[in-house]
Amino acid sequence: MSFVEYGDTIKDGDTAIVFLGHESMFPVKVQHGTVTQTKYGVIRHSTDLIGKKYGSKVTCSKGGWVFILHPTPELWTMNLPHRTQILYSTDISIITMMLELKPGSIVCESGTGSGSLSHALIRTVAPTGHLYTVEFHQQRAEKAREEFREHGVEHLVTVINQDVCKNGFGVSNIADAVFLDIPSPWEAIGHAKSALKAEGGRICSFSPCIEQVQRTCLAMEEYGFTEINTLEILLRVYNVRTISLQIPDLGKAAEDNSSTGTVQFKSGVPLREVVGHTGYLTFATKSLV
Amino acid sequence: MEGGPSGRIREGDCAVLKRDEVFKAVLVLRRRKIIFEKQWFYLDNAIGHIYGTTFEVTSGGNLQPKQEVEETTTETKEAGTDNRNIVDDGKSQKLTHDDIKALKDKGIKGQEIVQQLIENSTTFRDKTEFAQDKYIKKKKKKYEAVITIVKPSTRILSTMYYAREPGKINHLRYDTLAQMLTLGNVHAGNKMIVMETCAGLVLGAVMERMGGYGSIIQMYPGGGPVRAATSCFGFPKPFFDNLHEFPLSEVQSLLSGTFTTDTLPADPEENALLEEESNGLSEEKQSSLQETEEEPATEAPMEISPTEEQDTMDINTEDVEFKGSKEKENKENVREKQIKQWERRKKLQEAAALLREKNADGLIVASKFHPTPLLLSLLEFVAPSRPFVVYCQYKEPLLECYTKLRERGGVINLKLSETWLRNYQVLPDRSHPKLTMSGGGGYLLSGITVVLEKGKSDSSDSEALKMEEPSCKRCKLQDLPC
Repeated sequence: MSFVEYGDTIKDGDTAIVFLGHESMFPVKVQHGTVTQTKYGVIRHSTDLIGKKYGSKVTCSKGGWVFILHPTPELWTMNLPHRTQILYSTDISIITMMLELKPGSIVCESGTGSGSLSHALIRTVAPTGHLYTVEFHQQRAEKAREEFREHGVEHLVTVINQDVCKNGFGVSNIADAVFLDIPSPWEAIGHAKSALKAEGGRICSFSPCIEQVQRTCLAMEEYGFTEINTLEILLRVYNVRTISLQIPDLGKAAEDNSSTGTVQFKSGVPLREVVGHTGYLTFATKSLV
Repeated sequence: MEGGPSGRIREGDCAVLKRDEVFKAVLVLRRRKIIFEKQWFYLDNAIGHIYGTTFEVTSGGNLQPKQEVEETTTETKEAGTDNRNIVDDGKSQKLTHDDIKALKDKGIKGQEIVQQLIENSTTFRDKTEFAQDKYIKKKKKKYEAVITIVKPSTRILSTMYYAREPGKINHLRYDTLAQMLTLGNVHAGNKMIVMETCAGLVLGAVMERMGGYGSIIQMYPGGGPVRAATSCFGFPKPFFDNLHEFPLSEVQSLLSGTFTTDTLPADPEENALLEEESNGLSEEKQSSLQETEEEPATEAPMEISPTEEQDTMDINTEDVEFKGSKEKENKENVREKQIKQWERRKKLQEAAALLREKNADGLIVASKFHPTPLLLSLLEFVAPSRPFVVYCQYKEPLLECYTKLRERGGVINLKLSETWLRNYQVLPDRSHPKLTMSGGGGYLLSGITVVLEKGKSDSSDSEALKMEEPSCKRCKLQDLPC
């Protein structure tokens, strides 16, 4: 297993996702001799996991069962240990497409944070691309390095522990794309420009507040970026439910059968409360000199 | 995907023209007239320039790289504070239609026309600074025709298709396509199954993300896969080496083990396929023919079934009737046809073999068809613990599909979703959401396959329901994927 390559069977050292039910799952590091507790009982790694196929149903000690899933950046995003606020897959999807990322792309990112976006970026640019990710918080940078190692993707990423606003990305003229998720992205636009290739590239900045976007757009314009475009993407999830509505009694004659009873239909019901805002995404193109 | 070492525009490239927010995909050819946004021009002069260069259209339809212009309205900035005294009498512009036309006919630069319009507007100086800005922008858009030539990408082509021909891609909005690629964990090395009727746009998006690594099996309805949009990407030839296609109409026979290449779709459809491909992939097709020219001469006759031989014979006699003297050419045609059939047979068998392994790394469906039967059959070819995504323009068919998949079992984490996209105008003191937004970009049903226990699908289904239903109610806001 690795986050950039599917494997069929679960191996010692893999990161696997234990799926207990709808929206209820957690990651586990597979190790000989280790056990994992779930509400359905104990999972013994040596016998219950190692050598089994990903996607198998695993029966736990109390008779309950779980599914063991192959890790993906998307499952990781839903289960990773938060060290910061993270980006979720809806925003990540549009970022990846709008930055035109593909195998071979060189990407700069700051900050690394909890590595939610980093894993998705690495997945997309593998096997020939590279991610340079800058995190000024030393402990977080260290933790990210450790995770990349565990997930078998360390060869695709360089974690740089410095302040992107002061010191930039540590590389110049090599990036196809730059992503910024920092409190003052306008201070890093100049560094972003020099990190990007001379022939141009794409940039994206994520900010929760419109005032941040305002300053970022001005900075982008000042540094000659074009195609500046700000957007927001929202996810609507629907529960599939069978709904029955009662037919009201309007005192119609008894022979009319429909005057009593219910009508049933399937409906996609929006969740009662949904995420209304994550952040604004500002995209731009570094044009030719 | 490189268009040359430094990304220069070359003859024969697939490029995209951009004017403001409008895109058009074109093939770069010399001495070919292009019409874009009510303007005609030739791309000859663009060849050799770097992608991303902006051009101005000059007289005679030539393209001239745009020079950096110094800000035009540098003269005394004068502006009103409000519009209390601005009256719409329809006479504020002193230039008439004919005057403007005359200016244009004289070949005067758009930039100068805009300047003239400003000078001849009696109300311009009374407008607020913001209104002046807006006025200039509007006029620039109309008279300053600048065109940027950019390299095709999923971003550009999906935006272009959604704006220009949404009907051809089942109204799949670009942000929805972006979700599909992520939810499907599309990346290099995958073995993907793609079933789409989106002009080949979804296929192209998947190919871009796989970068030529791994394999794709495109399932197609009718006579052949449509790849008009795929060809706009300008993928290098090797990207097509591991692209396979398989007819939907043979899925059932493949699943039941009765599939043979003898039951190929009939001839006319086959021709349709070849035509379709020759639109975008003529180069590739030709080269592959050259490579195999010698082999098929000996092998092809053995491969061809009696019925098809009959067909080729029929065409042969017809041809003889019509152009009797061109016998030699006919023989060539027959041979070429046989080669093509043999080629296609071989590719079909490869695709069938790949599918039979039933270990695909994902399934992407975006079609005009009802998704339920597609999913129930095509999921058979997907390995456990792999994501799948189905797009549908409408929500209702996905509700049914959701229910049927639950009954079938072998899938978890089913999610029905939609994304909303809002664009913003961001300007100093004038930031707000754009006035119009897209009404809808379709719906997605996604999930993950798991090992399907044969014969126990009913019980496992009820268990799965027991397992999944109650926890829905426990959903907390911070648990939501967003």
